[in-house]
Amino acid sequence: MKNSPSFFKPDGLLVYAVLYLTFIYLPVLFLPLFSFNDSTYITFPLKDFTLKWYDKMINSPDMHEALFNSIKVGLTVAILSTILGLLAAKAVTRYRLRGRGPLVSFIMIPLVIPEIILAISLLILISQAEIPLSLWTVGFSHLLLCIPFSMLILISRMEGFDRSLEEAAMDLGENAWMTFWRVTFPIVLPGIVASLLLTFTISFDEFVLAFFLSSTDPTLPIYIWSSLRFPTKIPAILALGASIFIISFFVVSFSEWVRRRGVKLEPTSRI
Amino acid sequence: MKSESLRGYSLLSPTLLAMVLGLAMPLVVLITLSFWIQDYLDFIRTFSLKNYTDFFQKPIYIKILFKSIRMSGLVTIATVLLAYPMAYFIAFRVKHNKLVWLILITVPFWTSYLLRVFAWKIMLGYNGVINSGLLSLGILSEPLEFLLYNPTSVVITLAHAWAAFAILPIYVSLEKIDRSLLEASRDLGENVFMTFMRVTLPLSLPGVIAASLLVFIPTVGDYVTPALVGGPRGIMIGNIIQSMFGKALNWPLGAAISVMSMITVTLMVCLFIWGTHNFRKRVA
Amino acid sequence: MSQDPIISFQNVSKSFGEVKAVDGANFEINRGEFFALLGPSGCGKTTLLRMVAGFETPNSGEVYIDGQPMSATPPNHRPVNMVFQNYAIFPHMDVRGNIAFGMRKSGLSKSELDKRIDETLELIKLQGYGKRGADELSGGQRQRVALARALIKHPKVLLLDEPLGALDKKLREQMQIELRQLQQQVGITFLFVTHDQEEALTLSDRIAVMTEGHVKEIASPAQLYENPKSRFVADFIGSMNFFQGEVIDLNNKQLSISTDVLGEISVPASDSDYASKSPVWVAIRPEKLQPVFSAPDDSSNVIEGEIGPSAYLGDRSHFYVHIEKREEPVLVALQNLERSSDLHRNPFQKVWLKWSNASLVVLPRN
Repeated sequence: MKNSPSFFKPDGLLVYAVLYLTFIYLPVLFLPLFSFNDSTYITFPLKDFTLKWYDKMINSPDMHEALFNSIKVGLTVAILSTILGLLAAKAVTRYRLRGRGPLVSFIMIPLVIPEIILAISLLILISQAEIPLSLWTVGFSHLLLCIPFSMLILISRMEGFDRSLEEAAMDLGENAWMTFWRVTFPIVLPGIVASLLLTFTISFDEFVLAFFLSSTDPTLPIYIWSSLRFPTKIPAILALGASIFIISFFVVSFSEWVRRRGVKLEPTSRI
Repeated sequence: MKSESLRGYSLLSPTLLAMVLGLAMPLVVLITLSFWIQDYLDFIRTFSLKNYTDFFQKPIYIKILFKSIRMSGLVTIATVLLAYPMAYFIAFRVKHNKLVWLILITVPFWTSYLLRVFAWKIMLGYNGVINSGLLSLGILSEPLEFLLYNPTSVVITLAHAWAAFAILPIYVSLEKIDRSLLEASRDLGENVFMTFMRVTLPLSLPGVIAASLLVFIPTVGDYVTPALVGGPRGIMIGNIIQSMFGKALNWPLGAAISVMSMITVTLMVCLFIWGTHNFRKRVA
Repeated sequence: MSQDPIISFQNVSKSFGEVKAVDGANFEINRGEFFALLGPSGCGKTTLLRMVAGFETPNSGEVYIDGQPMSATPPNHRPVNMVFQNYAIFPHMDVRGNIAFGMRKSGLSKSELDKRIDETLELIKLQGYGKRGADELSGGQRQRVALARALIKHPKVLLLDEPLGALDKKLREQMQIELRQLQQQVGITFLFVTHDQEEALTLSDRIAVMTEGHVKEIASPAQLYENPKSRFVADFIGSMNFFQGEVIDLNNKQLSISTDVLGEISVPASDSDYASKSPVWVAIRPEKLQPVFSAPDDSSNVIEGEIGPSAYLGDRSHFYVHIEKREEPVLVALQNLERSSDLHRNPFQKVWLKWSNASLVVLPRN
């Protein structure tokens, strides 16, 4: 007992870090917990273990439709915003542009505007232009929200790598397109993957814009929102939340694994 | 040279086009609408200040706007203060596996935002985790009612929901600090605490500012959290705006409230940046 | 000198906004030469090199490579290749991938290309390193890969931007010798940029000394060192003591000059002629002043002084000598031929400096 202080050095910061992690994990961990609880009511004490909520989730066509809508919108938004972000990042980092500062600030505005204001102003414009609400209007609003994120990620990736690498490729005989394809793209690739993942996640989880700008086709957050009002539907929603969590965990782990393998595999002397 | 910058602009133009269509034009329309008047299902399209006089004459709007700002301010302070030591820990204490810690922090945010907010309903509700826990331990004989549906529950929930947004920018700014600057400060006679105050803190201030804005601005307009855990006493300006576009059906007034909220938030942000700028000067 | 230019600059100028980076460059580089652009940072040497590579376009004038005007040719179509300052090794490829990068359109079969890569690896002494990743290479190895990647393309000119700047001193000296050998082995024209005068002297056949966008002088290392044509060049390359003087007379190919401290001197007239009374600098290198520590019998070509601060550099010692009527001390370099070198380093000790008139350099002063 006397010796223990030399083994265990109390580190205030480490203790704090553990407490902090507890704070951010604890509430979230109750979601999967109650998804296995054999009761409609989200209260303690816990009842028996059950998988029926997962069964209910699997057999809910409404939920599947919403999920499918969200994936459709998310994929489209992720790809478009990453392409636009890549072009814009290249413009900003590789060319001397007049008014670069104000232009970039303008593109970043969606980051510093409350989402609800973005949502209602788009709603007003769309209704005044008499465009029908649909998943397209939701997707467009998500695109606005995601472009700044894509651009920030890709700008930092582009700035991080040495411009003389591109010059070296030109010097060794490649034209602008092949230089992009053989040098810029592979080096920026981790940034592209990060941008795709982040923007998909943002769109997939976005509620306020979708709430104002969708019509009869719900996205997943809209479906969750409307289900939260019905206590009987909640356990199945928790099961869905837990499933999304597990799937995204595997997706992120897999993409990290691919990225690391990719770095190792690529440097073969393939031409 | 000319053709080169032309290529730059043409690369930028699709993004700019999207932003003009989806950002600049809607904001112009929003401002225009705020000067119109609702007439059942249609608008009276003549210039009028009625919505703005309504906004200033009925105290409820200004009261809720300032309440929202106060609550978001509290959320921001709490989130940043809680996040700073954590970011500091990862940046300076964790030697290997920094990425693991960063992932560990973002993992809870991989579930739906709505469900994260809902989780606090489970925590704080009448039959929730805290109440049933305290009851079964015999500390309480009856569940506490004041835990949920008030401004405090909104602040706690938001502080939890936005934690990662505060940690990441602060971590980045701490990580960028050249370690030899800290050694130089020690070498010049400052102790650990004063080194932190005179070197680490001022240099990480950009991260703190970014974190504050990243939390403050979206939470002022948040609609989900007050609706789920706020109850009548916890409503915020976002709920008022939403109701104008929903049940209350008064789009122009909703637009005017939005415009006023935007102006107020912008002023607060400018004030904040000006304040931190002065603070930074004083420390330097 | 053979008149076979591989690169020719004709009135080449380039400005960035208000700044004139290169102002009217007008000279030629011969086939097979090892040519250096030498100057302080910001003198325009890198801009000139990048105009040859094609990364900058001249505002006026024209760069010719092997007789062809280049202003309409993009970098990827120019018959030159470059070793970048930081080597620009592609981080996502291994050594072989980097070396093969520019050979995509070479039309070689896989086995022919492999053979070429092996030969090149041998040339730069990196056999067995082909599968190394870019991040597994030392500074010297990165430089070799950058060299190999450019040389495998058989460029007409190899451009090198501060090629040894990132290496430590020992390695730099070793690479200087290797670069020189390599250049003779492959017979390609090397054009390189450096701010290090010692590096330029060691490596080059000819050096162009630049300052503020202008080429001040182009000559061989020995010419630049022994017979510089301007005070800037004399001062930039090595160390030099300058004395104010005025031409008295020119006769029998002998120039008589009166100087502030050296007295009246007479030197062989060079090709540039000076009018009587024109102001000149009379300059002498520190190692060409011979110190003696007792009053010499012959008092001609001798000045008397007192030893000031000194520095021991191992193979030689530098010391400053204060001379009456002259504010700036004179720098003297002395070979440390004997083991004990303390003798002549006592401060305030009297010293007499001897010189030979043939060592003096006369430069215009205005």
